[in-house]
Amino acid sequence: MDLTLLTDLNDLRSTRRAAILVTSLQDGNQRLVRAEDDLSSDPLADELRKRFRSGKSGTVPTQGGDVFLTVSVPAPRLVIIGAVHISQALVPMAEIAGLDVTVIDPRTAFATGERFPGSTLRDEWPEDVLKDAPLDAYTALAAVTHDPKIDDFPLMEALRTGCFYVGALGSRKTHSKRLERFEAAGLDAALFKRIDAPIGLDIGAASPQEIAVAVLGSIIQALRKGPEASA
Amino acid sequence: MPATDTSPLADVLRTAEAWTGSGRSVALATVIETWGSAPRPVGSHLVIDSDGNFEGSVSGGCVEGAVVSEALDVIETGKPATLEFGVADETAWQVGLSCGGRIRVYVEPVS
Repeated sequence: MDLTLLTDLNDLRSTRRAAILVTSLQDGNQRLVRAEDDLSSDPLADELRKRFRSGKSGTVPTQGGDVFLTVSVPAPRLVIIGAVHISQALVPMAEIAGLDVTVIDPRTAFATGERFPGSTLRDEWPEDVLKDAPLDAYTALAAVTHDPKIDDFPLMEALRTGCFYVGALGSRKTHSKRLERFEAAGLDAALFKRIDAPIGLDIGAASPQEIAVAVLGSIIQALRKGPEASA
Repeated sequence: MPATDTSPLADVLRTAEAWTGSGRSVALATVIETWGSAPRPVGSHLVIDSDGNFEGSVSGGCVEGAVVSEALDVIETGKPATLEFGVADETAWQVGLSCGGRIRVYVEPVS
Protein backbone atom coordinates (compact mmCIF):
# COMPACT_ATOMS: atom_id res chain seq x y z
CA MET A 1 0.00 0.00 0.00
CA ASP A 2 1.14 3.45 -0.84
CA LEU A 3 1.93 5.42 2.32
CA THR A 4 -0.02 8.47 1.10
CA LEU A 5 -3.09 6.25 0.58
CA LEU A 6 -2.69 4.86 4.09
CA THR A 7 -2.30 8.38 5.53
CA ASP A 8 -5.41 9.56 3.66
CA LEU A 9 -7.39 6.59 4.99
CA ASN A 10 -6.26 7.25 8.56
CA ASP A 11 -7.11 10.97 8.23
CA LEU A 12 -10.62 10.10 7.07
CA ARG A 13 -11.04 7.68 9.96
CA SER A 14 -9.92 10.19 12.56
CA THR A 15 -12.47 12.74 11.31
CA ARG A 16 -15.38 10.25 11.31
CA ARG A 17 -15.64 10.07 7.52
CA ALA A 18 -16.41 6.78 5.80
CA ALA A 19 -14.07 5.37 3.16
CA ILE A 20 -13.45 2.15 1.28
CA LEU A 21 -10.02 1.01 0.14
CA VAL A 22 -10.39 -1.00 -3.08
CA THR A 23 -7.56 -3.48 -3.64
CA SER A 24 -7.21 -5.57 -6.78
CA LEU A 25 -6.10 -9.02 -5.70
CA GLN A 26 -4.80 -9.59 -9.26
CA ASP A 27 -2.25 -6.82 -9.48
CA GLY A 28 -2.32 -5.14 -6.05
CA ASN A 29 -3.56 -1.82 -7.46
CA GLN A 30 -5.43 0.26 -4.92
CA ARG A 31 -7.72 3.26 -4.77
CA LEU A 32 -9.60 5.03 -2.02
CA VAL A 33 -13.32 5.80 -2.34
CA ARG A 34 -14.87 8.37 0.01
CA ALA A 35 -18.54 8.23 1.00
CA GLU A 36 -19.03 11.74 -0.41
CA ASP A 37 -17.56 10.80 -3.84
CA ASP A 38 -19.85 10.66 -6.86
CA LEU A 39 -20.23 6.93 -7.41
CA SER A 40 -22.48 7.09 -10.47
CA SER A 41 -19.72 6.18 -12.92
CA ASP A 42 -17.97 3.71 -10.62
CA PRO A 43 -18.16 0.10 -11.87
CA LEU A 44 -18.54 -1.03 -8.26
CA ALA A 45 -21.13 1.64 -7.36
CA ASP A 46 -23.86 -0.71 -6.08
CA GLU A 47 -21.45 -2.82 -4.08
CA LEU A 48 -19.76 0.28 -2.61
CA ARG A 49 -23.09 1.81 -1.56
CA LYS A 50 -24.09 -1.45 0.09
CA ARG A 51 -20.78 -1.66 1.93
CA PHE A 52 -20.93 1.95 3.13
CA ARG A 53 -24.22 0.97 4.74
CA SER A 54 -23.25 -2.40 6.21
CA GLY A 55 -19.72 -1.43 7.20
CA LYS A 56 -18.54 -4.90 6.23
CA SER A 57 -15.23 -5.55 4.50
CA GLY A 58 -15.11 -8.32 1.93
CA THR A 59 -13.96 -9.83 -1.34
CA VAL A 60 -15.98 -9.12 -4.48
CA PRO A 61 -15.59 -10.90 -7.82
CA THR A 62 -15.33 -8.59 -10.86
CA GLN A 63 -14.58 -9.08 -14.55
CA GLY A 64 -10.99 -8.02 -13.86
CA GLY A 65 -10.61 -10.55 -11.04
CA ASP A 66 -11.32 -10.42 -7.32
CA VAL A 67 -11.10 -7.13 -5.46
CA PHE A 68 -10.99 -6.70 -1.72
CA LEU A 69 -12.93 -3.85 -0.10
CA THR A 70 -11.52 -2.61 3.20
CA VAL A 71 -14.52 -0.76 4.60
CA SER A 72 -14.07 1.90 7.24
CA VAL A 73 -17.19 3.54 8.66
CA PRO A 74 -17.39 5.49 11.91
CA ALA A 75 -19.09 3.85 14.87
CA PRO A 76 -22.77 4.83 14.90
CA ARG A 77 -23.71 7.36 17.58
CA LEU A 78 -26.99 8.31 19.15
CA VAL A 79 -27.52 11.80 20.53
CA ILE A 80 -30.60 12.06 22.74
CA ILE A 81 -31.90 15.55 23.46
CA GLY A 82 -33.68 15.35 26.81
CA ALA A 83 -32.79 13.47 29.98
CA VAL A 84 -36.38 12.31 30.40
CA HIS A 85 -38.02 9.03 31.40
CA ILE A 86 -37.94 7.64 27.83
CA SER A 87 -34.22 8.39 27.68
CA GLN A 88 -33.58 6.45 30.90
CA ALA A 89 -34.87 3.34 29.10
CA LEU A 90 -33.42 4.20 25.69
CA VAL A 91 -29.83 4.71 26.88
CA PRO A 92 -29.16 1.14 28.10
CA MET A 93 -31.09 -0.43 25.21
CA ALA A 94 -29.19 1.59 22.61
CA GLU A 95 -25.87 0.80 24.25
CA ILE A 96 -26.66 -2.92 24.18
CA ALA A 97 -27.48 -2.55 20.47
CA GLY A 98 -23.98 -1.12 19.94
CA LEU A 99 -24.60 2.62 19.71
CA ASP A 100 -22.36 5.17 21.31
CA VAL A 101 -24.86 7.29 23.28
CA THR A 102 -24.78 10.90 24.50
CA VAL A 103 -27.64 12.55 26.41
CA ILE A 104 -27.92 16.34 26.31
CA ASP A 105 -30.24 18.35 28.54
CA PRO A 106 -29.55 21.82 29.94
CA ARG A 107 -32.08 21.27 32.73
CA THR A 108 -29.85 20.16 35.56
CA ALA A 109 -32.80 18.71 37.48
CA PHE A 110 -33.19 16.12 34.70
CA ALA A 111 -29.56 15.61 33.72
CA THR A 112 -28.26 13.96 36.87
CA GLY A 113 -25.77 11.16 37.24
CA GLU A 114 -28.22 9.42 39.53
CA ARG A 115 -30.83 9.18 36.77
CA PHE A 116 -28.25 8.22 34.13
CA PRO A 117 -25.55 6.19 35.88
CA GLY A 118 -22.52 5.50 33.73
CA SER A 119 -23.89 7.42 30.75
CA THR A 120 -22.31 10.18 28.75
CA LEU A 121 -24.44 13.04 30.01
CA ARG A 122 -24.08 16.75 29.20
CA ASP A 123 -26.11 19.23 31.28
CA GLU A 124 -25.60 22.02 28.76
CA TRP A 125 -27.49 23.57 25.86
CA PRO A 126 -27.36 21.47 22.66
CA GLU A 127 -25.98 24.53 20.84
CA ASP A 128 -22.89 24.42 23.05
CA VAL A 129 -22.36 20.66 23.05
CA LEU A 130 -22.75 20.30 19.28
CA LYS A 131 -20.12 22.98 18.70
CA ASP A 132 -17.48 20.60 20.07
CA ALA A 133 -19.01 17.34 18.87
CA PRO A 134 -20.79 18.09 15.58
CA LEU A 135 -23.48 15.79 14.19
CA ASP A 136 -22.77 13.74 11.06
CA ALA A 137 -24.20 11.09 8.74
CA TYR A 138 -23.28 8.28 11.17
CA THR A 139 -25.18 9.89 14.02
CA ALA A 140 -28.84 9.44 14.99
CA LEU A 141 -30.63 12.21 16.87
CA ALA A 142 -33.76 11.78 18.97
CA ALA A 143 -35.29 14.90 20.50
CA VAL A 144 -37.62 14.05 23.37
CA THR A 145 -37.86 17.08 25.69
CA HIS A 146 -41.19 18.43 24.32
CA ASP A 147 -39.61 21.88 24.69
CA PRO A 148 -38.97 23.77 21.43
CA LYS A 149 -36.34 25.93 23.14
CA ILE A 150 -34.25 22.80 23.65
CA ASP A 151 -35.34 20.51 20.76
CA ASP A 152 -35.56 22.86 17.78
CA PHE A 153 -31.91 23.74 17.30
CA PRO A 154 -30.50 20.19 17.40
CA LEU A 155 -33.32 18.91 15.16
CA MET A 156 -32.56 21.52 12.50
CA GLU A 157 -28.86 20.84 12.86
CA ALA A 158 -29.48 17.08 12.45
CA LEU A 159 -31.33 17.72 9.18
CA ARG A 160 -28.61 20.05 7.91
CA THR A 161 -25.79 17.61 8.68
CA GLY A 162 -27.59 14.56 7.25
CA CYS A 163 -27.92 12.49 10.43
CA PHE A 164 -28.99 8.97 9.40
CA TYR A 165 -31.93 9.21 11.78
CA VAL A 166 -33.82 12.26 13.05
CA GLY A 167 -36.68 11.63 15.44
CA ALA A 168 -38.88 14.11 17.29
CA LEU A 169 -41.31 13.39 20.10
CA GLY A 170 -44.71 15.05 19.95
CA SER A 171 -48.18 14.68 18.52
CA ARG A 172 -48.99 15.41 14.88
CA LYS A 173 -50.28 18.82 15.96
CA THR A 174 -47.10 19.63 17.88
CA HIS A 175 -45.09 18.45 14.90
CA SER A 176 -46.89 20.61 12.36
CA LYS A 177 -46.27 23.66 14.57
CA ARG A 178 -42.63 22.62 14.76
CA LEU A 179 -42.39 22.48 10.97
CA GLU A 180 -43.91 25.98 10.74
CA ARG A 181 -41.12 27.24 12.99
CA PHE A 182 -38.47 25.41 10.94
CA GLU A 183 -39.83 26.90 7.74
CA ALA A 184 -39.80 30.38 9.28
CA ALA A 185 -36.18 29.74 10.29
CA GLY A 186 -35.38 29.20 6.60
CA LEU A 187 -34.92 25.43 6.62
CA ASP A 188 -35.54 23.64 3.31
CA ALA A 189 -38.99 22.02 3.54
CA ALA A 190 -37.73 19.08 1.45
CA LEU A 191 -35.83 17.95 4.53
CA PHE A 192 -38.94 17.74 6.72
CA LYS A 193 -39.95 14.27 5.57
CA ARG A 194 -36.69 12.98 7.06
CA ILE A 195 -38.09 13.57 10.54
CA ASP A 196 -39.54 10.50 12.24
CA ALA A 197 -42.63 12.01 13.89
CA PRO A 198 -44.59 10.87 15.76
CA ILE A 199 -41.40 9.24 16.96
CA GLY A 200 -40.66 5.53 16.69
CA LEU A 201 -42.07 2.47 14.95
CA ASP A 202 -45.84 2.23 15.07
CA ILE A 203 -46.11 -0.63 17.58
CA GLY A 204 -48.67 0.98 19.88
CA ALA A 205 -46.03 1.78 22.49
CA ALA A 206 -47.73 3.01 25.67
CA SER A 207 -45.11 3.41 28.40
CA PRO A 208 -41.82 5.34 28.26
CA GLN A 209 -40.00 2.00 28.09
CA GLU A 210 -42.09 0.82 25.15
CA ILE A 211 -41.58 4.13 23.37
CA ALA A 212 -37.84 3.60 23.84
CA VAL A 213 -38.16 0.22 22.07
CA ALA A 214 -40.09 1.86 19.21
CA VAL A 215 -37.46 4.61 18.85
CA LEU A 216 -34.58 2.14 18.88
CA GLY A 217 -36.39 0.05 16.25
CA SER A 218 -36.67 3.11 14.01
CA ILE A 219 -33.01 3.95 14.52
CA ILE A 220 -31.86 0.45 13.59
CA GLN A 221 -34.14 0.47 10.56
CA ALA A 222 -32.58 3.74 9.39
CA LEU A 223 -29.08 2.40 10.04
CA ARG A 224 -29.57 -0.88 8.20
CA LYS A 225 -32.11 -0.07 5.52
CA GLY A 226 -31.18 3.52 4.76
CA PRO A 227 -32.38 6.86 6.16
CA GLU A 228 -35.40 6.86 3.80
CA ALA A 229 -36.89 3.79 5.48
CA SER A 230 -37.71 5.23 8.89
CA ALA A 231 -39.32 8.61 8.37
CA MET B 1 -18.40 0.74 20.44
CA PRO B 2 -20.54 -1.65 18.38
CA ALA B 3 -19.66 -5.26 18.86
CA THR B 4 -20.21 -6.76 15.44
CA ASP B 5 -19.96 -5.69 11.86
CA THR B 6 -19.53 -1.98 12.45
CA SER B 7 -16.31 -2.51 14.36
CA PRO B 8 -13.77 0.04 13.21
CA LEU B 9 -10.47 -1.04 11.79
CA ALA B 10 -8.12 -1.77 14.61
CA ASP B 11 -5.51 0.87 15.05
CA VAL B 12 -3.10 -1.37 13.26
CA LEU B 13 -3.49 1.00 10.31
CA ARG B 14 -2.20 3.91 12.36
CA THR B 15 0.68 1.76 13.55
CA ALA B 16 1.44 0.86 9.93
CA GLU B 17 1.50 4.55 9.04
CA ALA B 18 3.71 5.45 12.00
CA TRP B 19 6.20 2.64 11.40
CA THR B 20 6.48 3.40 7.69
CA GLY B 21 6.78 7.12 8.40
CA SER B 22 9.67 6.50 10.77
CA GLY B 23 11.61 4.70 8.02
CA ARG B 24 10.90 1.08 8.92
CA SER B 25 10.16 -1.45 6.15
CA VAL B 26 6.61 -2.59 6.66
CA ALA B 27 4.07 -5.09 5.36
CA LEU B 28 0.35 -5.15 6.05
CA ALA B 29 -1.60 -8.41 6.25
CA THR B 30 -5.40 -8.41 5.91
CA VAL B 31 -7.90 -11.25 6.35
CA ILE B 32 -9.78 -11.20 3.03
CA GLU B 33 -11.92 -14.29 3.35
CA THR B 34 -13.00 -16.71 6.06
CA TRP B 35 -14.83 -20.03 6.05
CA GLY B 36 -16.22 -21.84 9.06
CA SER B 37 -15.32 -20.73 12.55
CA ALA B 38 -12.45 -18.41 11.77
CA PRO B 39 -11.25 -16.55 14.85
CA ARG B 40 -10.86 -13.06 13.36
CA PRO B 41 -13.31 -11.37 10.98
CA VAL B 42 -12.68 -10.31 7.41
CA GLY B 43 -10.83 -6.99 7.41
CA SER B 44 -8.64 -7.81 10.44
CA HIS B 45 -5.08 -6.58 10.10
CA LEU B 46 -1.57 -7.47 11.18
CA VAL B 47 1.31 -5.09 10.57
CA ILE B 48 4.84 -6.46 10.36
CA ASP B 49 8.26 -4.81 10.05
CA SER B 50 11.44 -6.22 8.56
CA ASP B 51 12.77 -7.13 12.03
CA GLY B 52 9.74 -9.34 12.59
CA ASN B 53 7.97 -6.97 15.00
CA PHE B 54 4.20 -7.11 14.63
CA GLU B 55 0.96 -5.59 15.94
CA GLY B 56 -2.62 -6.73 15.51
CA SER B 57 -3.86 -10.20 14.60
CA VAL B 58 -5.30 -12.19 11.74
CA SER B 59 -6.11 -15.39 13.61
CA GLY B 60 -5.78 -14.86 17.32
CA GLY B 61 -2.38 -16.50 17.37
CA CYS B 62 -2.64 -19.68 15.27
CA VAL B 63 -0.96 -18.58 12.07
CA GLU B 64 0.65 -15.24 12.91
CA GLY B 65 4.12 -16.82 12.84
CA ALA B 66 3.66 -18.03 9.28
CA VAL B 67 2.19 -14.70 8.19
CA VAL B 68 5.14 -12.84 9.71
CA SER B 69 7.70 -14.98 7.88
CA GLU B 70 5.80 -14.58 4.60
CA ALA B 71 5.62 -10.83 5.26
CA LEU B 72 9.41 -10.67 5.46
CA ASP B 73 9.51 -12.04 1.88
CA VAL B 74 6.91 -9.52 0.78
CA ILE B 75 8.94 -6.67 2.28
CA GLU B 76 12.05 -7.92 0.46
CA THR B 77 10.46 -8.50 -2.95
CA GLY B 78 7.95 -5.62 -2.76
CA LYS B 79 5.31 -7.95 -4.22
CA PRO B 80 1.99 -8.74 -2.52
CA ALA B 81 1.05 -12.35 -1.78
CA THR B 82 -2.14 -14.20 -0.85
CA LEU B 83 -1.89 -16.96 1.76
CA GLU B 84 -4.42 -19.58 2.73
CA PHE B 85 -4.59 -21.42 6.03
CA GLY B 86 -6.86 -24.30 6.95
CA VAL B 87 -7.26 -26.87 9.64
CA ALA B 88 -3.96 -28.14 11.02
CA ASP B 89 -3.36 -31.57 9.53
CA GLU B 90 -1.10 -34.44 10.58
CA THR B 91 1.87 -32.76 8.95
CA ALA B 92 3.21 -31.50 12.20
CA TRP B 93 5.27 -28.66 10.81
CA GLN B 94 2.40 -27.16 8.87
CA VAL B 95 0.58 -24.38 10.68
CA GLY B 96 -3.18 -24.32 10.74
CA LEU B 97 -6.24 -23.22 12.60
CA SER B 98 -7.17 -25.51 15.45
CA CYS B 99 -10.69 -24.02 15.43
CA GLY B 100 -11.44 -25.86 12.18
CA GLY B 101 -11.90 -22.75 10.07
CA ARG B 102 -10.03 -21.56 7.02
CA ILE B 103 -8.80 -18.07 6.21
CA ARG B 104 -7.26 -16.25 3.26
CA VAL B 105 -4.78 -13.50 4.07
CA TYR B 106 -3.49 -10.81 1.70
CA VAL B 107 -0.01 -9.52 2.51
CA GLU B 108 1.22 -6.31 0.87
CA PRO B 109 4.20 -4.02 1.29
CA VAL B 110 3.63 -0.47 2.60
CA SER B 111 5.93 2.13 1.13
